[in-house]
Amino acid sequence: MTGLLVLLAVLLGASAFGVYRRRVDGQLRQVSRERPDEPTEIPALVEGSVAVVGAPDGPQVPHHREHLTSADIGAELGSSATVVQFSSAFCAPCRTTRVVLDEVSGMIPGVAHVEIDAEAHLDLVRRLDIRRTPTVLILDAAGDVRVRAAGAPRKADVIAALGTLM
Amino acid sequence: MTTLDSRSQAVLSIQLIDARGPRFGAILTTLMLAATLLTIPSTISIILLSIQTLVFGLGSLVGLAAQPYGVIYRRFVQPKLGKPTDLEDPRPPRFAQSVGLMFAVLGLVALLTGATTVAFVAVGAALAAAFLNAAFNFCLGCEMYLIGRRILGRSSVSV
Repeated sequence: MTGLLVLLAVLLGASAFGVYRRRVDGQLRQVSRERPDEPTEIPALVEGSVAVVGAPDGPQVPHHREHLTSADIGAELGSSATVVQFSSAFCAPCRTTRVVLDEVSGMIPGVAHVEIDAEAHLDLVRRLDIRRTPTVLILDAAGDVRVRAAGAPRKADVIAALGTLM
Repeated sequence: MTTLDSRSQAVLSIQLIDARGPRFGAILTTLMLAATLLTIPSTISIILLSIQTLVFGLGSLVGLAAQPYGVIYRRFVQPKLGKPTDLEDPRPPRFAQSVGLMFAVLGLVALLTGATTVAFVAVGAALAAAFLNAAFNFCLGCEMYLIGRRILGRSSVSV
């Protein structure tokens, strides 16, 4: 009897978690200027519309937004944007993400794709508060983190997000 | 233009496997652990969990090629399904096997020593991970891995 209850509780709990994760996984979120730790959603991407994403309200304090240099990521920044992917060995969706980002960066001139081994760069992982792999950051030409996604993002969403930075 | 660091380049040379294999294994594991839960406390539950522990042990300590469910998949299921549509890195599923092994060993020790509550918790946790893998293709152990490394580890490579 107890076994049946545990079984049902586990199946229900895991299903709820799985459905929730499937919904938020890979969603690109715009990093607000004020609070880099609490990214806000990009409204234009959720509905798939072509509206240009406006700057967040409030005072513009660019220095609060995380800034990455080519020394941080171990590679040159792209001339218009850089897509930074954090990966680890035990990460199945990292491979898919690599393929998608490779394709996008090959398609749009000036966009660089840099893959970083999270385990080898734990300081950077802590500084950017990266909790899982893959995590994808999109930097503008200056190296500021403008968009981030935890989980494998969809190709169309990445292209749309890059479009807003060009 | 893509820049990979050295570790990522090593990934490219790894022999990829049919992604459906570990998923099939996760389904069998889910059934085995569910059956274990339903029969605790009894000799049947000890037998079922012992088999599952052995399966996890082979998969994590020897490798996915020796994982019995994987062998069943390749011999009987894959020929019927045809060519794999999706290839994956074998390291995440092998890591998942070691996470499963830890919970299965804990559950087995608990069953053998009569700590029924601990057995329910350990088998329940293993079931949650196996079910998420089977139903959602989600690797719970893999997700916890980076968090664990963040808490415990320093950077393994000095740049």
